[in-house]
Amino acid sequence: MDFADSPEEHSFRLRLREWLAAHNPGLPPSSTDDAYWDGQAAWHQALHEAGFFGLSWPLEVGGHGLPSVYEVILDEELISAAAPPRPSVGYLVQGLLEHGSPDVQRRFLPGLVSGYQRWCQGFSEPEAGSDLAALCTRADRDGDHYVITGHKVWTSYSDAADWCLVLARTDHEVPKHRGISAFAVPMAQPAITQRPLRMMNGITREFGEVLFDGARVDAANMIGKPGDGWRLAMTVVSHEREPGELGYVARYGKSVNELVRRVQASPDSFGSEPCRELAWALVEVEMLRCHVSRRLSDRLEGITHGPEGSVDKLLMTWVEQAVGHAALAVDGGAGGDDTSLKLYLYSRAQSVMGGTSQIQRNLIASRILELPTS
Amino acid sequence: MDVRLSPEQVALRDTVGRAVARLGPHAVADLADTDRRAALDAAVTAAGWRELRTASDNGEPWSSAVEVALVASELGQGLADTPFLGPSLAADLRRYVGAPPATRPETVALVSDLSRPAEGEDGALTAQAVAIDAQGAGQALVLADFGPRCLVGTIQLDGEAAGADLTRPSLRLRAGARVAPLEDQALQVLESDVERWHAFGLALTCADLVGLMRGALDLAVGYAKDRRQYGAPIGSFQAVQHLLADAHVLMEGSASIALHAAWAVDALEPTESFVAASAAKAYCTRSARTVCETAIQVHGGIGNTWECLAHVYLRRALLSGEVLGGVGASLSRVLHAHDIGVSYGLR
Repeated sequence: MDFADSPEEHSFRLRLREWLAAHNPGLPPSSTDDAYWDGQAAWHQALHEAGFFGLSWPLEVGGHGLPSVYEVILDEELISAAAPPRPSVGYLVQGLLEHGSPDVQRRFLPGLVSGYQRWCQGFSEPEAGSDLAALCTRADRDGDHYVITGHKVWTSYSDAADWCLVLARTDHEVPKHRGISAFAVPMAQPAITQRPLRMMNGITREFGEVLFDGARVDAANMIGKPGDGWRLAMTVVSHEREPGELGYVARYGKSVNELVRRVQASPDSFGSEPCRELAWALVEVEMLRCHVSRRLSDRLEGITHGPEGSVDKLLMTWVEQAVGHAALAVDGGAGGDDTSLKLYLYSRAQSVMGGTSQIQRNLIASRILELPTS
Repeated sequence: MDVRLSPEQVALRDTVGRAVARLGPHAVADLADTDRRAALDAAVTAAGWRELRTASDNGEPWSSAVEVALVASELGQGLADTPFLGPSLAADLRRYVGAPPATRPETVALVSDLSRPAEGEDGALTAQAVAIDAQGAGQALVLADFGPRCLVGTIQLDGEAAGADLTRPSLRLRAGARVAPLEDQALQVLESDVERWHAFGLALTCADLVGLMRGALDLAVGYAKDRRQYGAPIGSFQAVQHLLADAHVLMEGSASIALHAAWAVDALEPTESFVAASAAKAYCTRSARTVCETAIQVHGGIGNTWECLAHVYLRRALLSGEVLGGVGASLSRVLHAHDIGVSYGLR
């Protein structure tokens, strides 16, 4: 039991630290400023090319084959350098690694991992939110292709994406969970329309909606077999709930450190209430760093795709919302620079995206606590 | 980094867990069973778990704080009504001053709000104090200035221990009580020693709280599966499920930050280990109160009666929460580490 670096980990940390000192692009957070996206691709590619992204993923797909705990070191150093967090594509990578054929993995993973191919995830629909299996986007076979028709929403990064991982119904005769298949659909085609969603804090590039009006996809782009889509979706969302996969410790650590600096700069301007909120945010972020260390250490025995992601998701949500409350308390919300207001308003989405907090509680109750179903 | 427990650590944890499952209280009425308690006490004594922090041949403790925390967590989960926290803190303090292990049961004394160690000056306690975890203890250790040197002092204990925690009674000490120098101490207590010792105590209380949360949650989940209303187990209702799910998540988050705090005691510089432990203490204290309150709520009317074990968990959590600093003191210490606010002093 040791939280400390091994000699190899320590030298990796020093190399990373040195690189970050020279290559921090200083992007604003994506949650508060659309300008983040202007530099995001270059940041992803630079981090990967320098050998610091995809640390625990297989070598064959452009990862580094390192033990999972190296991701914690990356997050810690990103915080120290006040650099942007690592790109959050891990859940897609895990989904393709678990369910994609060798051919699919060879074709798609290197571009996804390196940041040269941009991806979004077409799961939710207007009438299929928490009840994802009720989705009605359809994929109909047409020779060597499938033809996709439907409406996806809450599609993060849809405006920048080259590819969309689409869940669509291929069999209408079987129970709803079994008729779904997954496809890697090229976004650059006239039958796909993408439009931004303006969130309540004003940002427009974090979420979009995507309309498929007879979009075509090669049958060879199906991930897994027909009807495997639900299993793939469950793998993807289980990792979408893990801060260790998303790199969100760095996201929250950076935010809370900025608040600390603000208070340090004029300590007399802040009363006991903002200080107390800030203290809780510091404690929550520290908890998450320790928790991710624990969860990624457990992965040293091999990755699992279980219900523990729901525990992570609730912890992560509470951390983000504690940081949001601290930002509000420190900056007073309504006055002056509105970055903190935006940060706070964005934090409310964390208890909805990737499965609402209520869905996570249902999963924990049934699959971890083994409480009876009603 | 690999924060998984070693096979030896797992074995230690399981051994303690088995002992407390066999000899700990399983109902409130068991707390009055003095034969059972004596057997538990004897088992813990025989295993030597209270002496894990005494000095080994090279002067270092026999076990890291991680192992001691594992023991504390299992004892907390099983509501073990035998001294552990107090004697472990006393043993750790003796080691810093090069004093030999205690020859009879002893504990430590803290200031009256429990947030830091009690102090003596000129042979007397400077203020009211509390000897924690005082069941069967003959003396309590305090920090004391004898002339220019900070040393460890002793206070003789006399009286019936009592208090909120039904498993670990405390004893109040009056201001001015006589403080004598601990015999055979070779070294002065340094500020950094106090800081590391304090971090160790916080880490132990966090571990106890994590164990308590696990125990209280097990109790409540078991009840929710058995208790039927509207023709179904109450655990099948979402309103109850969500309370228990939140409690589980709080317990897991606490386990993670408490594990780090325990590791930090021996692995980091004293100041860093103190901050790590303070962050963990704030998180675990708040979480434990919520989890224990949830356990009471899920039990409904029965949960509010003396006979339900839920309040025994809550009472123990209230004490562990305050020992060496609760939420307020811990948050102040976290802020102070970031140069914000005033120091909620160590001493």
